Amino acid sequence: MEQPIAAAGLTKTFGDFTAVDGIDLTIEPGESFAMLGPNGAGKSSTMRMVSTVSPITSGSLRIFGMDPHVDGPAIRDRLGVVAQENNLDDELSVVENIILYGRYFGLSWKEARAKATELLGFAQLEDRADARVTSLSGGMKRRLAIARALVNDPDLVLLDEPTTGLDPQARHLLWQRLYELKERGVTLLLTTHYMDEAEQLADRLVVMDHGTIVAQGAPAELIAEHVTREVLEVRYPPEAEIDLESLGLRLESLTDRILIYTDDGEATMTELVNSGRTPSSSLVRRASLEDVFLALTGRRLVE
Amino acid sequence: MIAFLLPWRLVERNVIFYKRNPVVLLSAALEPFIFLFGLGVGLGKIVGDVTWAGEVLTYPEFVAPALVASSAMNGALFEMSYNFYFKLKESGTFEAILFTPLRLSHIYDGELVWAMLRGGIYSIVFVVALWVFGLLASPWAVFIPLVALLVGLAFAGLASWATTYVRHWQDFDLFFLVTQPLFLLSTTFFALDVYPEWCRPIVQATPLYHGVDLTRDLARGTVDVSAFGHLGYLLAMVAITRVLAVRRLAVLLQN
Ligand SMILES: Nc1ncnc2c1ncn2[C@@H]1O[C@H](COP(=O)(O)OP(=O)(O)OP(=O)(O)O)[C@@H](O)[C@H]1O
Ligand SMILES: [Mg+2]
Repeated sequence: MEQPIAAAGLTKTFGDFTAVDGIDLTIEPGESFAMLGPNGAGKSSTMRMVSTVSPITSGSLRIFGMDPHVDGPAIRDRLGVVAQENNLDDELSVVENIILYGRYFGLSWKEARAKATELLGFAQLEDRADARVTSLSGGMKRRLAIARALVNDPDLVLLDEPTTGLDPQARHLLWQRLYELKERGVTLLLTTHYMDEAEQLADRLVVMDHGTIVAQGAPAELIAEHVTREVLEVRYPPEAEIDLESLGLRLESLTDRILIYTDDGEATMTELVNSGRTPSSSLVRRASLEDVFLALTGRRLVE
Repeated sequence: MIAFLLPWRLVERNVIFYKRNPVVLLSAALEPFIFLFGLGVGLGKIVGDVTWAGEVLTYPEFVAPALVASSAMNGALFEMSYNFYFKLKESGTFEAILFTPLRLSHIYDGELVWAMLRGGIYSIVFVVALWVFGLLASPWAVFIPLVALLVGLAFAGLASWATTYVRHWQDFDLFFLVTQPLFLLSTTFFALDVYPEWCRPIVQATPLYHGVDLTRDLARGTVDVSAFGHLGYLLAMVAITRVLAVRRLAVLLQN
């Protein structure tokens, strides 16, 4: 199969504001790829260009080897898109949303109905088939949006923040569904603010900030490259004046705590205690993509 | 799939929606009858007969054909304002469809065809009723539904274009502040010679006037070359508003 996505110097401007600033991106068939970044990083703008609805400003973009400007319909025929904002058809029922979407893709009524039954099962919405879309919970709407995007058996699925706003249980259910898609060989491109989501789902990811890619690689690679294996989080009473700088540790001060990057959290903790710098509370954990982001930009992903 | 059938998928969507909400369709179908009996008969008692193209008409005879055109206008305005706005800016329906192989022009044309069909069916029902009531004098009247379709298309185009500029629901007050006088003043209820001299060219420049004058000519059998002017005006309106509306939709949805 052709490369699902190949972008070079991809740029998007709105007036004189540059939302996506010359990014290079290639995604291989069957890969699941995440774009991680804070608000306004340019994730959705990139997604919209890939989905062919937003014309690129400059650079080059090929989807399945085709030019989105020229071959939009042929590209979209192989694409499943779940946009960031809910755009289900509120005037139709749950099952009609999938059936009519199938019709837009050129399925016969019979095919569209069969597909709708199958996808309602996939989304665990069988018992809500005839409900109004407006009566669904946020998690159900998201599942329906994903089910609808699969009506044409896409080779590439774009998911813009698939789990934002969902409770942990709903998120895990969605992850399960996305994992099944991945197993079937579908190529996934998703955006997220959550590093655990990227860690769970992505083979490879890019970290975006201010329209540019600031780091890329497999989750474990990125952690190895940019931060240490473990992180020791410590808190001190606000009035305490503790000098950690002189210990030669790699630090990141947040408003409420201090992060210490170290390969052995316990050893570093012992060192603090022995030098009379015992914190009021402490925690040793594995380093995460969140730390990578913090190390790269000095800011946190989710404020 | 043959390209001209693609917009039809939007028509299907609307049929499915309205099958569940038939009340809206029924009330719109009743509208011209309500005007005919309310104004035509009621107001007719006060106004009396009207002289039009050298012929003395009862007031219902005068008003009835115009109501075909004006209800085609009202139907199109309704469909392509509130409903169009909802799908464009509230529910994201059009945005979602743009992720399918359909193009913006297919979506737009589908909505137009639907608005036109809907209005067309009403006008056939109404024209048949007028014929039964004996308010139509000429076999030319069989063409009235076609003119109604054209009026519907022209106003659907205008309304959808205007709706792309609407920022919130309140803006529709302004929208109908402009369109309601059209309904009242486009010689629907009064012949052109009732208006002061200076005002006539303004009336004649408005789109509904052309639909009203043409349907009245068809109803009375007084069709002449002016028909070409009316048809040309309405066809041009369809073509121009379509270009403008699709361009605006691209700005809103494909930015
Ligand atoms: N249609 C538009 N017109 C003008 N500016 C836009 C438009 N779309 C996006 N932007 C701007 O481009 C920047 C990137 O937006 P984008 O939606 O791509 O970010 P994002 O990474 O998806 O953020 P979020 O996590 O909040 O969804 C933002 O500053 C945004 O205000
Ligand atoms: Mg976004």
